Amino acid sequence: MNFNLTKEQEMVRTVMRQFAENEVKPIAAEIDETGRFPVENVKKLARYNMLGIPFPVEYGGAGGDDLAYVIAVEELSKVCATTGVIVSAHTSLACWPIYKYGTEEQKQKYLVPLAKGEKLGAFGLTEPNAGTDAAGQQTTAVFDGDNYILNGTKIFITNGGQADVYIVFAMTDKSKGNKGISAFIVEKDFPGFSIGKIEDKMGIRGSATAELIFRDCVVPKENLLGEEGKGFKIAMSTLDGGRIGIAAQALGIAEGAFEETVKYVKERQQFGRPLAKFQGLQWMIADMATEIEAAKMLVYRAAMNKASGLPYSKEAAMAKLFAANTAMSVTTKCVQLHGGYGYTKDYPVERMMRDAKITEIYEGTSQVQQMVIAANILK
Amino acid sequence: MNIIVCIKQVPDTNEVKIDPVKGTLIREGVPSIINPDDRNALEEALRIKDQFEDVKVTVVSMGPPQAQVALVEAIAMGADEAYLLSDRAVAGSDTLATSTALTATIKYIGDFDIIFCGRQAIDGDTAQVGPQIAEHLGIPQITYVENLKIEGNKVIARRSLEDGYFVIESEMPVLLTAIKELNEPRYPSIKGIYEGFKGDKIKVVSAKDVNADMDNIGLDGSPTNVLRSFTPPVKVKNLEMIEGTPKEKATKLIARLKQENII
Repeated sequence: MNFNLTKEQEMVRTVMRQFAENEVKPIAAEIDETGRFPVENVKKLARYNMLGIPFPVEYGGAGGDDLAYVIAVEELSKVCATTGVIVSAHTSLACWPIYKYGTEEQKQKYLVPLAKGEKLGAFGLTEPNAGTDAAGQQTTAVFDGDNYILNGTKIFITNGGQADVYIVFAMTDKSKGNKGISAFIVEKDFPGFSIGKIEDKMGIRGSATAELIFRDCVVPKENLLGEEGKGFKIAMSTLDGGRIGIAAQALGIAEGAFEETVKYVKERQQFGRPLAKFQGLQWMIADMATEIEAAKMLVYRAAMNKASGLPYSKEAAMAKLFAANTAMSVTTKCVQLHGGYGYTKDYPVERMMRDAKITEIYEGTSQVQQMVIAANILK
Repeated sequence: MNIIVCIKQVPDTNEVKIDPVKGTLIREGVPSIINPDDRNALEEALRIKDQFEDVKVTVVSMGPPQAQVALVEAIAMGADEAYLLSDRAVAGSDTLATSTALTATIKYIGDFDIIFCGRQAIDGDTAQVGPQIAEHLGIPQITYVENLKIEGNKVIARRSLEDGYFVIESEMPVLLTAIKELNEPRYPSIKGIYEGFKGDKIKVVSAKDVNADMDNIGLDGSPTNVLRSFTPPVKVKNLEMIEGTPKEKATKLIARLKQENII
C-alpha cells in the first residue's frame, strides 16, 4: 500500500496552498461577513485550470486526477470553505455528470467551457419537499415534440444565480417514481427560468445558495442528459462523487482550524506558560490530529478508488460521514482552545465552526451517509 | 523573438535555519523553490509572450537532477521549453564558473534576443551571474529592471537604484536582471503541472554536450575559495535614547535629525 502522493499531486498541493494563502485567505473573512460571492476569485481559479482539475485536456480540463482535485478543495477549504464548495459543486456536480453521461455534442458545448472555468456550473435536485427523499420530485418536464417544458422549484442550490449551466432533475413520468426522473442541462438564459430567494446562511456565507424557478421553462430535447428516466441514477452517482469533494472540504476546514489553533496554543500564555504546556490541552491537540489524519485517509482512499475505477459509493459516504463529523468536532474544540477570543470575529475559528456544520447536512446528511453505508453492506 | 530565462533552484530561506556552530545553512528538510527574483524574470518573459506573437521562452538552469522540478514549475507557468545543465563537472562552481557554464548552455540553445535573469539568488546574494553572462557573451546588460517596454528591436528599461532610477534604452540582444518590483509572478497552472511532468519539454544536458570550457567550470575552475562562513556580530554604535513624553520625544527627534542634516 503506497501512501505517497505523485510528483504532480505534490506540486498541485504546493500551488493550491500558495494560491489559497495569497488570493483566498485575505478575502475569506470579508465574504463571510458580507455574504458576497467572490466573482474575482472564480476568474482566478479559472485562469489556473482549478475549475476542471480531473477532466481530460481535450474537454477543457487540466488533465489531472481525482486525488489532485480533492487536494485542491482541501487546500482552499483550509482558509475558506466558501471557495472550497464553489469548486466542489462546480466540478463534481455540474462538470462530472456531463463528462460521464453527456453526448459528445453536450461535452463540446457545455463541458469544455465549464472545465475551462469560462462558465460556472450548478446542480439542481433538492426541492422544498424533496431533500433527503430526493425521489419525491415535484418538478415536471413534459415533452412537446421538440422541447421539454419544465415547471417547478428547486431550493438550496449551490452556485445558484451565479452559475451559467445547471444540471436539473424533473419528473418526466410521475407514475414511475424514481424511474420517472430525468436530468437536463439548463442554461441560465433559457426562457421561463429564473432565480428566486437567495438564502441567508449560518456558514459558507460567500457561496450563493439560491432557489431556481421554472415556469414553462423551455429546454431543447438535445439537452436531455442521459436517457429519459435515468435521472435518479445520474443524481445518485453524481452525489457519490460530490461527497468526496465535500469530504475534502470538511477535511480542509478541520485542518485549517487546527493549524490556527496549534499556532495559538503556542503563543497564548496563562498561568505563566503557553497553553501548549498544559497536558490536558495537549491531549485535545493529540486527539484532533488523530481524527484529522483518519479523516484524510478515508477521503484520499475514496478519491483513489474513484480514480482507479473501483466502486466508491460506500467509501465516499464513509469519508463524508467521518470528515464532516471531524470538521464539527475539531472546529468546536478549536474555538474552545481559543477561549473568549475564539467566540469573536478577531480569530477565524468561529467562522470555521459555522462553516463546518453544513458538511454534516448537504450532499446527503450524515444520516443519509449512514443509510448508504448500511445499504452497501446489507445488500 | 527568443527569450532565455536563467533560473536557480534555491532552498526557501523563509524555512531555513542557520547552524549556530558552523555558520552554514541547514538544508535538510527545507523545501526548494524557484529563486524569487528569477520568478520575476520568468514572469516578465511570459508577459512579453502574452503580448507579442512568435515569442519563445526557454528556461535554463544549472543544478542537480532534482532541479528539474523547478523547470517543471517554469513550464507550468507557461515557458515553452527548458534546459538543465546537470553534471558533476560543474559541482562546486563559484559565480564565475557558473556563468561560464551557463553561457556555454545558452550558446548551445541558440539564438536569443533577450536573456533574463533574476537580480540575485537568495542563497548567495551575489548578483554576479547575470552580469557575468552578459560579459562572456559581449552583449549589453541592464540590471535591477523594475519596468520594461519592448519597442521594435529595442528594450526600454527602468533601472532601479537606491535613490532614484535610470531609464535605459538598448538594442537587442540584451541581458536584463529583474527585481521583485518588476511584476507579480503568476502561479503555475494545474494543466501545466501535468504537462511539465511529462518531461518532453525539458532537456538535461552535460557540460560536454554544451561544449563548456572544462578548465573553467566546477570547483577546480572557480577562483573563489570559501575559508569560513560566519554571522557578523551586530554593531550598535551611537545609539541615543530620547526620553520624555511622546510629544517631547517627537520634537527632540526632529531637532536631532535636522542637526544631522538627515531632514
